[in-house]
Amino acid sequence: MKDYTPAYAGSVTKYVVVESFNVTPADIAIRAYEVSQGVMIKETCFGLVLMGKEEDVDRVIAEVRKIDPDHIFVKDRGFPPGDVRRCRSALGGARPGFHGIEHEMTILPYVSHALEELGHRDEKTIPVPESTKKKSKLDVYTLQKLIEAEEP
Amino acid sequence: MAKVLIYPATSLILSDMVTRFGHIPLSSAVAIRERVQTAGLESAPLQITPEEPKKGLHWAAVEVPSGVRGRMALYGPMVDECEAAIIVNDADLSFGCMGCARTNELLKFLIRQKDVPRLELDYPKDEAEGVEFVAAIKRFLNGLGGGK
Repeated sequence: MKDYTPAYAGSVTKYVVVESFNVTPADIAIRAYEVSQGVMIKETCFGLVLMGKEEDVDRVIAEVRKIDPDHIFVKDRGFPPGDVRRCRSALGGARPGFHGIEHEMTILPYVSHALEELGHRDEKTIPVPESTKKKSKLDVYTLQKLIEAEEP
Repeated sequence: MAKVLIYPATSLILSDMVTRFGHIPLSSAVAIRERVQTAGLESAPLQITPEEPKKGLHWAAVEVPSGVRGRMALYGPMVDECEAAIIVNDADLSFGCMGCARTNELLKFLIRQKDVPRLELDYPKDEAEGVEFVAAIKRFLNGLGGGK
């Protein structure tokens, strides 16, 4: 085994994902470059990858989010942008982890719609989702009925 | 600000919601970043060394496969640290090899065993469900108190 020296120790990397009809990754990239000041910015097909000191990255994200707050989403990333262990330019095919974002991109329109709704509705008036309610187990009497109802 | 463990630990939506409503998400990216940014011996791609399955013994028994124990070295400290948890149960994106599947089961079990506020949901399938999904998360996170 070889010694390992981390390339960007002390930095944080975050994804900025855009799901909007009005804003493109290029739009937020331009705004991010305007306020970057030491933050490394990489434009991708779904948004941006930002890397730098935590406070600088958070500042850029706060500025970028103002463009379309309900349609811009952020998450942490472990690796710096372009890292050969993860970047598809070195590996080929989709980057490991892209499929997770791809799956959630199909749900983001519902989440964006909900955030817009919650802007003018109180969340306390919205019913609890069916999935959070405790599901009761099948009792023996119902099971017996099901068995008896079965065609011979 | 409460530390909220999210499952799936790589979820963009949950990570964003927790940050948006003023708390700290505990996700796998942060655990990986910690390893990627620590000097030591090179062990590509995730800097998971032979030490990790030993650390995993804290959360999984010795007869549990080393793949699960190695993964638990990432997730276990987050379970210990968390003050609340949000679980999405029908998360197909967390599907992986048998090691991932068993780790996911163990992780969910450990979260449910721990005495912390917990919210369990399914991903929304339309706009109406989306509103209920986000409202449930917002109610839950506001209820934790101390949000930014």
